[in-house]
Amino acid sequence: MSRPTTVEPGTTGAAGTGSPPAGTAPARRTRRRPGAPGPGLRLLHVLALPALIVGVYWAVTAQPGAGFYTPTPAAIASAFADLWFSERFFVDVLPSLGRLLTGFAIAAVLGVGLGVLLGLDARVRATIEPVLEFLRAIPPPVLVPLMIMLAGIDDSMKIMVIVFGCVWPVLLNTVEGVRAVDPVLSDTARCYGVSGLTRLRVLVLRSAGPQIMAGLRLALALAIILMVISEMFASSSGLGFAIVQFQRTFAIPEMWAGMVLLGVIGFVLSSLFELVEGRVLGWYRGLRAANRGE
Amino acid sequence: MNHQNHQPNHQGERPAMLKVTGLQKIYNGGATAVEAVRDLTFELAEGELVCLVGPSGCGKTTLLKCIAGLMAPTGGTVELADRPVLAPPPGMAVVFQEYGRSLFAWMSVRDNVELPLKEKKLPKARRTELVTESLEAVGLTGFADSYPWQLSGGMQQRVAIARAIAYEPQVLLMDEPFAAVDAQTRADLEDLVREIWQRLGVTVLFVTHDIDEAVYLGERVLVLSNSPTVVQDDITVDLPVERDQLTTRQDERFTDLRARVYAQIQRAKRGTDQPVA
Amino acid sequence: MSTTHTRDTVAAGPPPDGTRRPRPLNSAFSRTAPNRPLLGALGIAGLLALWELAPRLGAVPERYFPPVSEVLATLAERATTAPFWEAVGHTLYGWALGLGIALAAAILLGFALGAAPRLRAFTTSTVDFLRPIPSVALIPLAVLVYGTDIRSTLLLVVYACFWLIYIQVLYGVADVDPVAEQTARSYGLGRLARIRYVVWPTTLPYLMTGLRLAAAVGLILSITAQLIIGSPGIGDQITNAQQGGAVALVYAWIVATGILGVVINIGVRALERRVLRWHTSVRGEAAA
Repeated sequence: MSRPTTVEPGTTGAAGTGSPPAGTAPARRTRRRPGAPGPGLRLLHVLALPALIVGVYWAVTAQPGAGFYTPTPAAIASAFADLWFSERFFVDVLPSLGRLLTGFAIAAVLGVGLGVLLGLDARVRATIEPVLEFLRAIPPPVLVPLMIMLAGIDDSMKIMVIVFGCVWPVLLNTVEGVRAVDPVLSDTARCYGVSGLTRLRVLVLRSAGPQIMAGLRLALALAIILMVISEMFASSSGLGFAIVQFQRTFAIPEMWAGMVLLGVIGFVLSSLFELVEGRVLGWYRGLRAANRGE
Repeated sequence: MNHQNHQPNHQGERPAMLKVTGLQKIYNGGATAVEAVRDLTFELAEGELVCLVGPSGCGKTTLLKCIAGLMAPTGGTVELADRPVLAPPPGMAVVFQEYGRSLFAWMSVRDNVELPLKEKKLPKARRTELVTESLEAVGLTGFADSYPWQLSGGMQQRVAIARAIAYEPQVLLMDEPFAAVDAQTRADLEDLVREIWQRLGVTVLFVTHDIDEAVYLGERVLVLSNSPTVVQDDITVDLPVERDQLTTRQDERFTDLRARVYAQIQRAKRGTDQPVA
Repeated sequence: MSTTHTRDTVAAGPPPDGTRRPRPLNSAFSRTAPNRPLLGALGIAGLLALWELAPRLGAVPERYFPPVSEVLATLAERATTAPFWEAVGHTLYGWALGLGIALAAAILLGFALGAAPRLRAFTTSTVDFLRPIPSVALIPLAVLVYGTDIRSTLLLVVYACFWLIYIQVLYGVADVDPVAEQTARSYGLGRLARIRYVVWPTTLPYLMTGLRLAAAVGLILSITAQLIIGSPGIGDQITNAQQGGAVALVYAWIVATGILGVVINIGVRALERRVLRWHTSVRGEAAA
C-alpha cells in the first residue's frame, strides 16, 4: 500500500477532486512508541504548557492598568458561569447547535448520496464535474447575504447556508472514495453474488469510509464557522449574535465567555467526531498499522 | 503437434462441468486492438482438478475473468454445467492472487466467509455451520473474530479459500492463489487444496505460472501458449492420488512430467517470434 | 513454429479489425471511456440553460433569481470598473499575506518541534485543544483590537491556515523512513544535509496537502472577515449590494468569488504538481 494515495482519518484529506491527497499520517498514534512515558510524565506533558500559558496570561492581565480588552481568567470564568449556566444556554446556544447539527446532517446525507451516484457512473461524473468544481470553489460565507434575501433571517436561511457550505467536501470525497474501490474486491463481490444495496452497504460505502469521514470532518469544521457567521451577520438570536452583541456593548468578559464557549463547542464536536470515527474506521487504522509494520 | 483437442481420456467417463469453447478476447485500446486470447477450447469433467500454466503475460488472468463471468469474451462461450456463463454464476467461487485485496478489511474473518452465504439467503443455522466447517477445514478455527489484516499472508489466503468452499461451488477457480506467499506456506496451502478437493469432490481450475505446482497439484495440466493464447498442450498427470511434498516431488514420473511441461512452456515462449495473423 | 489451430468458433470470429463490441457486461474492461471535455461542456451548458430559463419561464421568482445573462452582464460591467478590482485586490492581499505568514510559521515550528519529540510532547495537548477552535470565534476580539484594519483579516486567515499546515508538517516529519534516515547517517550526512535530503522531501507532499487545504480555507476567511467586520474587499462589496437590494449584483459577486476560487484551486494544484513531479501520486495521476 503506497502511503501517499491513502487518506488518514483525522485529517481533512482529499477535499479536492482529481488529486489524491498526499499522504497524511495518524494523528493520535504518535504517542504509541516504544519506551512510552509513564503516567506522571504523561500528565506533565498534557498540563504543563496550558498551565504556563494561562499562568502568564493571568499574571499579565492581573496587573493594574492591563488592557481593557483582556480580562483576567477569573473574570472570564465567572462571566462564563453566569451566562451559560442559565437559561441563556437554552435560548441562545441550543438553537444554534440544533441548526448546526441539522445543516451538517442534511449536508452529510446529500453529499454521500450524490457522491455515490457520481462515483459509480463515469458519464454523469464527467458531465457534472466542472459544475461541481465551480460550485465548491464559491466561499460559502458569500451566500449568507444572498440567503437572507431569499429566506429572511430565520432558521431555514442559516441551515441552507450550512448545507450549501458543507456539502462539497463530503460530496467530492465520497466520489473519490467510491471511485477508488479496489477492483479485486469489486470482482470478488460480483463473484459471490453481492449486488445492489448490499454491495453499496458492505462494499462501496465501507471501502470509501476513510475518504467519506475525512470529508465529513472538514464539513463539520465548516459547519461551525458557517453557523457563527450566519448568526453574526444578521440574526436576532444565537451564539454568534450574542457574542457580537457583547462586543458592541463592550461587555468584554461576556464576549470572552462567548468566545471560550465557541472554542469548547469546537473542541467537543471534534472530539465526538473522533470517537465516532474511531469506531467506524477502527479497521482502517489497524490495516494501516499492519501495512506499516511490514 | 496440437494436443489440445479433446483427447478421449478419463474425462469422458464423467460429465463435463466446465466447458470453454473457442474463447477469444480482444482488447480495444483506442486505435490498436490487442488480441489477448485467440482460441481456447477445453473441458473440465466434474470433480476434476486441472492446472493451467503458461508463460507470464499469456492471458491467464483474462481467461480466468472470462470464465468467472467477470469479463465478456469477444468470441466463444463458457458453459458451467451446460449453462452459458454471461455473468458471475452462482455455482462458481474464485480465489484471487491478491488475498489482501480480495478480503473485506472492515469485516471479521467470520463475516467475510458468511457474507456470500447471506446473499444466497441461507438460514442462519446453516450459515453458522458452513462457516465453522470451512474455517476448520483450512485450519483457522480460532480466528473467526480476527480481522484479515491481523493475519499473515498465508492465513489470509486460507480465509479466502474458506470463503470459497463455504459457498459450496460446483467449480472453484483459483487465480495464482499462492504466487504471493512464501515457499513454506505455499507447500502447506498446496496440500490444503488437494485435501479439500478430495474431500469435497469439487471441480477445480487452478491457474499458476509455477510448473512444479501445476504438476504436483493437477490431475491434468493445460499448457497455454504465448499471447494470443491457445491451448498448446494437455498433459495428464498420472501420479498417485495421495501426494506428498517430499516423495512426490522426488518421484521420477514427477520429474518427467515437469520436464515435459517445461519444454512446452519454452516452446510457447519462443512462439512470440511468430507473426500475429 | 505455429500454434494456431484454425477452426470455426461458435462466435465465428470477429471482424479482423477487432471492432466488434463485447457484450456489455458491467466490467471495467467493457466500459468505454467517456469523452470528458465534451460531457463537461455539456454539463456547464446545461447549468447555464437552466439558470437562464427557470426565471424566464417563471419557474422561480425572477426578482430573487435573475437569469444568468443578467448576472453575467452585471459582472462584465463591474469588471471594467476600478472599485471591482480594488475589492478583489484587497481580498487577495489578505489571503496571500495571511497564507504566507501561516506557511512560514507552520514550517518553522513544525520542523523545530518535529525534530524534538521530547519538546513536542509538551505541546500536543495545547495543539489538540486550539486546533478545533473555529477561527471565527476570534472575530469580536479582532474587531475590538484592530477594527476594520487588514490585521483583523490577517488574524483570522493566519489562525485558520496555520493549524492546517502545521499538522501536516508534523505528520510529514514523523513519517520519515527510519531506513532512509539511517542510510543518510551512515553516509555521514550532517544534520542540515539530512533535513535537506531526507526530511524535507518526505514532508513536502504533506506540506502541499496542507497548503492546498489552507488556500481554500484562507479565501473563505478573508472574505468572511470583510463580510462580518466590514474591512474593504469582496465581502464588504457583497454586503453593500445586499443592503442596496441589488440582487443581480450579489449574484455577480458570488460568481466572481467562484471564479476566484477555481483559479486559486487550479493554481495550487499546478504548484503541487510542479513541486512534487518526482512523487508517485503525481506521476500516477499524470499517467492516468
